[in-house]
Amino acid sequence: MDLRLNQCRDPLTRIERKMNDLETFEKSILNEIETCADEAALENVRVGSLGKKGSISQKMKTLGSMSQEERQIMGPALNGLKSRVTDAVANRKVVLKREAIAERLKSETADVTLPVRQSPAEAGRIHPISQVMDEITAIFADMGFSVAEGPDIETDYYNFVALNFPDGHPAREMHDTFFLQPDENGVRKLLRTHTSPVQIRTMEAQKPPIRIVIPGKTYRCDSDATHSPMFHQLEGLVVDKTSNIANLKWVLEEFCKSFFEVDHVDMRFRPSFFPFTEPSLEVDIQCDRSGTEVKFGEGTDWMEVLGCGMVHPNVLRSGGLDPDEYQGFAWGIGIDRIAMLKYGMPDLRAFFDADVRWMKHYGFRPLDMPTLFGGLSS
Amino acid sequence: MKFTLSWLKDHLETDAGLKEIVDKLTLIGLEVEEVDDKQAFAPFTIAKVLSAEKHPDADKLKVLSVDPGNGQPVQVVCGAPNAKAGLIGAFAAPGTYIPGIDLMLSVGKIRGVESHGMMCSERELEMSDEHDGIIELPEDAPVGTSFATYAGLNDPVIEIGITPNRSDALGVAGIARDLEAAGLGKVKNLSITKPKGSYPCPVGIMLDLEDVPEWCPAFGLQYVKGIKNGPSPKWMQQRLLAIGLRPISALVDITNYVTFDLGRPLHVFDADKITGGLVVRRGKQGEKFLALDGKEYELGPVNCVIADDNGVESLAGIMGGEVSGCADDTVNVLVESALWDPLNIARSGRDLGINSDARYRFERGVDPQFMKSGLDQGTNLVLELCGGEPSEPVIAGTIPNPKLEIEFPVSEVSRLTGIEVHSEECSVILQRLGFDVSGSGEKLQVGVPSWRPDVHGKPDLVEEITRIYGVNRIEPQPLPSTGAVGTKVLTTGQIRTRAVRRALASRGMLEAVTWSFISETHAKLFGGGEVSTRLANPISVEMSDMRPSLLPGLIAAAKRNGDRGYSDVALFEVAPIYLGDEPEHQHRVAGGIRRGTAQLTGGGRDWLQPANPVDVYDAKADALSALEACGLDTSKVQINAGGPDWYHPGRSGTIQLGPKLILARFGELHPMTLEELDVSGPMCGFEVMLDALPESRKKATRTKPPIQISDFQTVRRDFAFVVEKSVDAASLIRAALGAEKSLVNDVRVFDLFEDPVLGEDKKSIAIEVTLQPKDKTLTDEDIAEVSSKIVEKVTQSTGGVLRS
Repeated sequence: MDLRLNQCRDPLTRIERKMNDLETFEKSILNEIETCADEAALENVRVGSLGKKGSISQKMKTLGSMSQEERQIMGPALNGLKSRVTDAVANRKVVLKREAIAERLKSETADVTLPVRQSPAEAGRIHPISQVMDEITAIFADMGFSVAEGPDIETDYYNFVALNFPDGHPAREMHDTFFLQPDENGVRKLLRTHTSPVQIRTMEAQKPPIRIVIPGKTYRCDSDATHSPMFHQLEGLVVDKTSNIANLKWVLEEFCKSFFEVDHVDMRFRPSFFPFTEPSLEVDIQCDRSGTEVKFGEGTDWMEVLGCGMVHPNVLRSGGLDPDEYQGFAWGIGIDRIAMLKYGMPDLRAFFDADVRWMKHYGFRPLDMPTLFGGLSS
Repeated sequence: MKFTLSWLKDHLETDAGLKEIVDKLTLIGLEVEEVDDKQAFAPFTIAKVLSAEKHPDADKLKVLSVDPGNGQPVQVVCGAPNAKAGLIGAFAAPGTYIPGIDLMLSVGKIRGVESHGMMCSERELEMSDEHDGIIELPEDAPVGTSFATYAGLNDPVIEIGITPNRSDALGVAGIARDLEAAGLGKVKNLSITKPKGSYPCPVGIMLDLEDVPEWCPAFGLQYVKGIKNGPSPKWMQQRLLAIGLRPISALVDITNYVTFDLGRPLHVFDADKITGGLVVRRGKQGEKFLALDGKEYELGPVNCVIADDNGVESLAGIMGGEVSGCADDTVNVLVESALWDPLNIARSGRDLGINSDARYRFERGVDPQFMKSGLDQGTNLVLELCGGEPSEPVIAGTIPNPKLEIEFPVSEVSRLTGIEVHSEECSVILQRLGFDVSGSGEKLQVGVPSWRPDVHGKPDLVEEITRIYGVNRIEPQPLPSTGAVGTKVLTTGQIRTRAVRRALASRGMLEAVTWSFISETHAKLFGGGEVSTRLANPISVEMSDMRPSLLPGLIAAAKRNGDRGYSDVALFEVAPIYLGDEPEHQHRVAGGIRRGTAQLTGGGRDWLQPANPVDVYDAKADALSALEACGLDTSKVQINAGGPDWYHPGRSGTIQLGPKLILARFGELHPMTLEELDVSGPMCGFEVMLDALPESRKKATRTKPPIQISDFQTVRRDFAFVVEKSVDAASLIRAALGAEKSLVNDVRVFDLFEDPVLGEDKKSIAIEVTLQPKDKTLTDEDIAEVSSKIVEKVTQSTGGVLRS
């Protein structure tokens, strides 16, 4: 603006000529900057103009030899030129950088549809038996139970005698027992046929109140589509001075609701017989078997799921307790069986075959930890 | 226990229908397992053959015109030789299901002639095995009406599961008693008359059981002469058939009928085949006995037998003998009703492998007080069906009269069940079940009937009362909180098990559950196979020994998967192993295997990653991960070369805490191990002994010590040392770490190089050392100083030379 005003006033002074030259000079530099193909060329232009020995720096150096009048005009003009060129270089640099990146990215493509490896934490699986044991533990821990365990190789005493199975009792024959080779005295140990021996072991070790659940391996020499020589049971035991069948019913109803994740489930308690409980009951739960899968909490069918009862006085005595002072209840449930019911696995034998296809399909993800607050099997 | 509805109604006066009875039985503890309402027989009608012509294209077939009773004859093609005009039989129309041959009948063409139905044989209607011809009914059979009704085929059959304590319900009469108690009708009184004997029993009976008198407390015998054996009457045959028993002859059928009707097993001998008197005695060692099932058994002194001068005639309480059995030509019969020891019967039956309806009842306990009436009833039926003249009965021994009295406070009911049942109601229930009840209010005096050997004490009476009162009337009541806070739900071992499972699964492994028993060969390969852990009665030789290690089961599983085409598998299991038969010999172990290329990142080929075979380091990483999951700081463990025999001697290791405590073992499997297990490698495995880990010390506080974070720059320097091949990396790392403890923070091996240029039996180990100053920034001089200390220390401890 200033320049044009000066031109109007005095078109052809020496200063005006210089100013015209300067204008041409600026245009050519700016043009050079704009046509730089890459950052290296731009750097050349910058050094050639703004560098110590650059053309603009050279012109700046001439200011000292100018008249004051001339300097007053040329000084600001040169400074303006310098700053505009500096800006132009900076701007061009940004543009070139962008262009260079854009150019590089054009060649950097990946086929994003190529598969990547699954994380090991997602590829692994927890066996349904372990998962269901964790689910059961979560439920009973919430009711104040702790988890007890005992040995798989048991004595006749703990597996039968202490549980009120006298020698020769027909109920013994219903337990197809695996025996170990007799020792030098002819005494033979056995593989426990149920988790109930742990009742006695717990009573021996701990005074009431007792509230325990006992998950574990059990064995019977029986093998077909629905029987496996090894299976898993969950035993429960409550011993104190007041617990009765009404409490037992409540515990089992709460358990079934929590485990099968339904708001309501009808249960049918039927009188039955187990040597170690009196009265003894078997429990059926309401279900709907009309479709291909069994649904719980609805329907008109019954399915037997567990056995239970009040601890027999002889069992309390075996545990060193006075049956007139202490009382309690116990129950036993097949872990494999309720796992099959809940998760729809058709064949028990497949549980123990370790077929990777089965484990991948029915197994659970490692980080899928059952909790009550997160939904047992969400 | 099976019976029919009409049979039950012989003993119970009731208006209740089938469904009501069935539901009630289940609710009082006689669980109904199956009901056959016999509706399958409803469609069969009585029909008359109007004409029978030869089939135009088949010699053995006939074309019948059959009148099903509606006056509209149908054409039926029939192959029965007895088919003829005028025959009255059982007709099935098209669309009927024929139970005896499992066939849905449809209109069909037989050799070109249409057949609109079928005239049935007895086998086709499950009445007998008779299939030589079609059923022929008497002339007065009502054509057009239901054949099932006419022939009694519509009597519903109920099967109940009897728990071992309820021997009293092993007869229809006992079931009726329970139903009466439950309010479903009134029991009809059994009126068993005593047959009048006109002469003494000609066969004597002697109990020769001096040392084991309990084997046979009493034995009753009655002789009937001049009888005529033959088929039993239709009604008896139908009932026996309905419950799955084959009618044989009147005499045999009577014993079976009384067994199921009254729960009283009987036996009949052909008296003319008995020589001398009968004696009840122990069997003799090696004594042979041909039983009614046609098999010969070898007996011994543990068996109780009934013998005559010729030898054993009956295996007491289990099965009669073939020699003295009754046949159609029997004219004189001995009826036996005796009491046997449940334990002895159970043992004999089990040892000899004989199951019979008699054994089933005697081992559960029959009513001793009914022994004599049972004999009377048996004799009565013989007289009724076969005629003859009875002797006086002879009874040896003494019939026991168990009179158990129980003091019963009624409050026991509410104490054990949580419901209040009024004393009077308790009395009524018990009395209906046959108990003698005296007293009232809180204290009742209860006498147990002789047919309830299972009732011993107060809880048994509570069960009797609640099962009849109705278990479903007990309302659930919450279990009161114990008020305990912070009780430990899981033991350390259980917590470790859970953590290790998740940790190993997070490493891409699949959790298997394999058998606790393996073959003896496999057990021996893995340090087990002792007699103390061997099963006496294994399911198979593959499952004979309790496993001493989880590996053989997992390796076998890997092999199975490999055979199915999945050879790159990573499996683990957290479960017990058994090093002896005592509880302390059972150990909790986490074991795992990787096969083929199943490394941490997954097996098989991948475009990003080469498929490398698994090796010792994969197993080591798994083992350390399992230990870390148990809360162990694995920087503190020692790792020693080598392991048990089943690992590769040069590519396996043992993880220890101190010189004795072995925490884990890992490595590649020994090639011979794989060969013995018939599986191909590469395969590596590990075993972590969860029980061996020390219990973490109880901390007074859960707060952690304050973290020390240095503000000064961390420096990293690389060194490569040439060492003897035998030098292990751990000693080099230890030396570098110990060179200047205040500065050296971490040492990592980042390269391992073996090449002849290094010298014979040499290798190069390259480490990256992290220096972390705490109080100043390190100068070049400081770094040079600590570097030379590191080199010096490594050289001193390992003989390593800094590689230039």
